[in-house]
Amino acid sequence: MRKIKKQKIYLLALLLPFIMFVIGFEIGPLVAMIKNSFYADDGIQVAIDQYITIFKSEFYLQAIQNSLVISLFSAVTSVIIAVIAAYSITKFSQKIQNRLLMIANMTSNFEGIPLSFSFIILLGNNGLFTLLFSKIGGDVFADFNLYSWTGLILVYIYFQIPLAIMLIYPSYQGIKKQWKEASSLLGGSTLSFWLHIGIPVLLPSIVGTFSILFANSMGAYATAYALVGSNYNLLSLQIASLVASDVALKPQLGSAMGVLLAATMIGAMWFNERMMRRIRRDLR
Amino acid sequence: MKSSLTFHKVIVGLLVMYLLIPLVGTFLFSIAGKWDHTILPESYTMDWYIELFQDERFYDAFRRTLFLIVMSVGLSVVIMLPTIFIITVYFSKWEGLLQAAAMLPYGIPPIVGAVGLIKVYSDGPIQIAGTPWILIGAYFITILPFMYQGIRSSLRTINAVQLVDAAELLGATKFQSFRTVVFPNIISGILVSTLLSVALLFSEFAFANLLVGGRFETIQIYLADKLNSSGHLTSAIVITYYSMILLLTGIVLKLTFRNEKNPVGSNKKRILSFFKKKYCNKNTAIEGEK
Repeated sequence: MRKIKKQKIYLLALLLPFIMFVIGFEIGPLVAMIKNSFYADDGIQVAIDQYITIFKSEFYLQAIQNSLVISLFSAVTSVIIAVIAAYSITKFSQKIQNRLLMIANMTSNFEGIPLSFSFIILLGNNGLFTLLFSKIGGDVFADFNLYSWTGLILVYIYFQIPLAIMLIYPSYQGIKKQWKEASSLLGGSTLSFWLHIGIPVLLPSIVGTFSILFANSMGAYATAYALVGSNYNLLSLQIASLVASDVALKPQLGSAMGVLLAATMIGAMWFNERMMRRIRRDLR
Repeated sequence: MKSSLTFHKVIVGLLVMYLLIPLVGTFLFSIAGKWDHTILPESYTMDWYIELFQDERFYDAFRRTLFLIVMSVGLSVVIMLPTIFIITVYFSKWEGLLQAAAMLPYGIPPIVGAVGLIKVYSDGPIQIAGTPWILIGAYFITILPFMYQGIRSSLRTINAVQLVDAAELLGATKFQSFRTVVFPNIISGILVSTLLSVALLFSEFAFANLLVGGRFETIQIYLADKLNSSGHLTSAIVITYYSMILLLTGIVLKLTFRNEKNPVGSNKKRILSFFKKKYCNKNTAIEGEK
């Protein structure tokens, strides 16, 4: 009996490094951030000043709004493209399907700084396409500015699409050919099959993918940093400049914005869970 | 029916073009001599690569990134293997807690994580903000979800609990049963999540820039710094860097294919399957039947 107890203590001791890392670099910093967000600028006085500042400042509200709009827009667009593209992919032979998914997997690793750079040399001020189009005389790109909202959307969609395809593609495997046959035997058209069977089956996967993409772009920092620097007002860029820039550090304000960003992401996950429950109630 | 296949071909064709043009463009730019008003470069040259491979800064940045990766992935393997093994086999009631702690980082973007890390380590007893050591800690947490999933599912596939029971029944000590029975059987499973983690950390920029920045120039920081200088040279860096990532993910795909006979193994997909399992068991049941 005594020996077993001693062994248990040794085993528990082996867990210590893990616990230390989790406390030191995961839980600790999170708690510190939340706590710090409830201090005034001097870091001594306990106050909710920071949150009041954010919600009274047009500048910071705009940052939040811009981030939300870009994330929603890019997530919706990418999900729509992915739903259509993944369906088209399923129409090819297994070998080609695997190839296409390989391309999606490959390009999903092309993100952050290298991706932004790539778009800059293609579509930036002196980009290849920009110069080419201006020479051909097309005014299509005359109003296009990569270092703006449209540019950000374009790049965000680029890194969201491969991910969305890889997430949605598997759920098409769940739609059986026999279901289509049964539906048409019972007199259903292709449209009614998709309306009543196909889309409801895909819906949980679509909603789940949407909230992952949304969270993904809310937290995106590297891509935006490389593309627009501090020229565009985004939540993640503002947080970075408040806690780690060379000028005007405001760690308390940065913490409060960090808490808001984290809350948005938890909100997205919560929404995801609620939607799943609602949609799948029939199966529960 | 035929016209609808054409439609799918057009869709997939457009998609592949959209996905590949930036890559191909960057590649061509990196080997282009003169290229400004034509569709394809007017002349080709390897000068940019030669210049890159003579740049000491590039090698230094590469070495620093390697150092960070080896340290944090190494630490993660050494710490997570026994932790997950012990909890699965001997303290299974804490499994939920371990899972929560291991999956939490997936929901926290680096930008949020960095705020707290800077706060904790810029004053107080341990002042490591601005040094590579804080990055090693942050990276340990970043790769936690992937290492956890990899190790946990490997242990589950080999029925580790029963194996250890059997080994102990035959007189092996706890350490012996781990080292000679469990460990050799899960190495390949761990290899996949290790390589995934390496690829992930290779492309990590947010933590590196916010926590340490130019004081410890990693490959990503070097790249960001070069963004505004010669485009051709930067393309050469991007292509070199991306080839390494491709090589890593290529090996991962090969290994996953060999292990699971499933050609599209992706770290992100694995994570989603976790969420799906958590949020709607019924759904995965439908998807699971093949």
